[in-house]
Amino acid sequence: MSGQPSTYQPKSGFTRWLDSRLPILRLAHDSFVDYPTPKNLNYWWTFGAILSFMLGMQIITGIVLAMHYVPNATMAFASVEHIMRDVNYGWLVRYLHANGASMFFVAVYVHMLRGLYYGSYKAPREILWILGCIIYLLMMATGFLGYALVWGQMSFHGAVVITNLFGALPLVGESIRTWLWGGFSVDNATLNRFFSLHYLLPFMIAGVVILHVWALHVSGQNNPIGVDPKSEKDTVKFTPYATVKDGFGVALFVVMFGLFVFYMPNSLGDVNNYIPANPLVTPEHIVPEWYYLPFYAILRAIPNKLMGVLAMFGSIGVLFILPWLDTSKVRSMRFRPKAQIFFVIFVINALILGWCGHNPPDKFAIPVGEGGLTFVWLSRIGTAYWFAYFVIIMPLLGIVEKTRPVPDTISSPVLSGAATVEKA
Amino acid sequence: MGDTAVHSGSDDPNRRDFIHIAALAAAGGAGAMLAWPLVQQMNPSGDTLALASIEVDLSKVTEGMQVVLKWRGKPLFVRYRTAAEIASAQAADSEPLKDKEHSKDSERHVVGKPQYLVLVGVCTHLGCVPTFGGGDYKGWFCPCHGSQYDTSGRIRKGPAPKNLEVPDIAVLSDTMIKVG
Repeated sequence: MSGQPSTYQPKSGFTRWLDSRLPILRLAHDSFVDYPTPKNLNYWWTFGAILSFMLGMQIITGIVLAMHYVPNATMAFASVEHIMRDVNYGWLVRYLHANGASMFFVAVYVHMLRGLYYGSYKAPREILWILGCIIYLLMMATGFLGYALVWGQMSFHGAVVITNLFGALPLVGESIRTWLWGGFSVDNATLNRFFSLHYLLPFMIAGVVILHVWALHVSGQNNPIGVDPKSEKDTVKFTPYATVKDGFGVALFVVMFGLFVFYMPNSLGDVNNYIPANPLVTPEHIVPEWYYLPFYAILRAIPNKLMGVLAMFGSIGVLFILPWLDTSKVRSMRFRPKAQIFFVIFVINALILGWCGHNPPDKFAIPVGEGGLTFVWLSRIGTAYWFAYFVIIMPLLGIVEKTRPVPDTISSPVLSGAATVEKA
Repeated sequence: MGDTAVHSGSDDPNRRDFIHIAALAAAGGAGAMLAWPLVQQMNPSGDTLALASIEVDLSKVTEGMQVVLKWRGKPLFVRYRTAAEIASAQAADSEPLKDKEHSKDSERHVVGKPQYLVLVGVCTHLGCVPTFGGGDYKGWFCPCHGSQYDTSGRIRKGPAPKNLEVPDIAVLSDTMIKVG
């Protein structure tokens, strides 16, 4: 996979026999044992392994839940309660799955911001980045479908609001919506197909992850200074160095995961979802799960329904063309002082958008006397910065910014530092 | 180059090209014919369509009262309007309305019975259920994003683009109507 000559040596008679028929051990050895990784990778690079772990966790707990869950509008909510109360360790499996979704998104946001900061989307890693964006979209779809399956009040009306987004499309909107519903509203047919697709999509994610890792092993990993390894001195073997470091990262992450599962399993959820779905009563204030909030804020920031929907999808769509929007010759922001500032503002802005998405649009975010700045206006400012960051700042900054000197190789900063110590 | 059955490199299609085109067209047609039912199976099924209309007894609704029924999985508002509500709805006919299509009050209430207003109780913004009696226009108010409808169910304020939907209604007798 790495494009280098394989160093795999089958030792026993069986592995030699296997290697000439299905060289799967050779593939594993070349990809995850002998594979050279830049020696300066920091802990932000362990999130790939954490994400693989979370995908496995979600698939395993999900398969178990599907053994007890009933995808029927009259029985779904009761079957979830049955899992919580009656099924042996059902509460554990469900809390692992529900909080696991949140942890999956925590990890993917860190992973994406790491890529954004260190320029991991820049040539020759454009396809790698786009595959990642596709995985992220599939994750969002899977999370939404899974949340609907609980068939509580927030599940139901969340599904109503999201499917109504497609109704905003001109001409075909209404027939698409009816087609998605399989009826005249979100109902049993909708729940059934959501269950089917929620089971399918994780395996599609796993498929794209394989392409993602393949592309990664063709271009090689980026690293904190963004300079490709030039010699063997710049790299270490994947095993034990990366495997052990990844393992430690996963272990720390699991501690945080455990804190949520065992001590505050409902802190990231909405109380309204413990009320069975009722199509005739809408909850006072509809909010999506926390990981969609910035995009929900962007949707509500635009007063026109269709434009709001387009802006929301566009805010994720712009990520796909990021490799061609960033004009900088320097990959890592470690050497881009101005880009660092805009990056920090971008992260804070995304958090503010999330805060806006959580609150009613007409409430005052910053009260001044009788009036003040409402959340809808705050989210308009946030939306403007989100798009400006990608389509204005990224292209212009690459041209005007004066970057810091970039070392020739991964090893050279260390060596030149040692030289100055010797002189002194 | 004497063999004319082999592609000669010129742009003229020969027999082999014809076979390729015909085979691909047949495979493409078969693929499309298979895709059609796979797409269509997601549209409303026969039993869903069969339950698509209900009959409503208007005599059970008294003046100033609103009955909420479930129709096609959605709430259906059946309202017996007071004289004041009818008057304010008719007065608003001449005001500038956001959604002008069939927006006269006389086009919205049950034919010949201005006191009865039948509406699909789904906000045209993102599908929440509006509550009666709120807002500046004393009609329906959507708690989700603040859309306000008047006593004829017309959108007057807020993000919703359209009036509350009036379903197809057939008057069966003096007191019975069929919705859908």
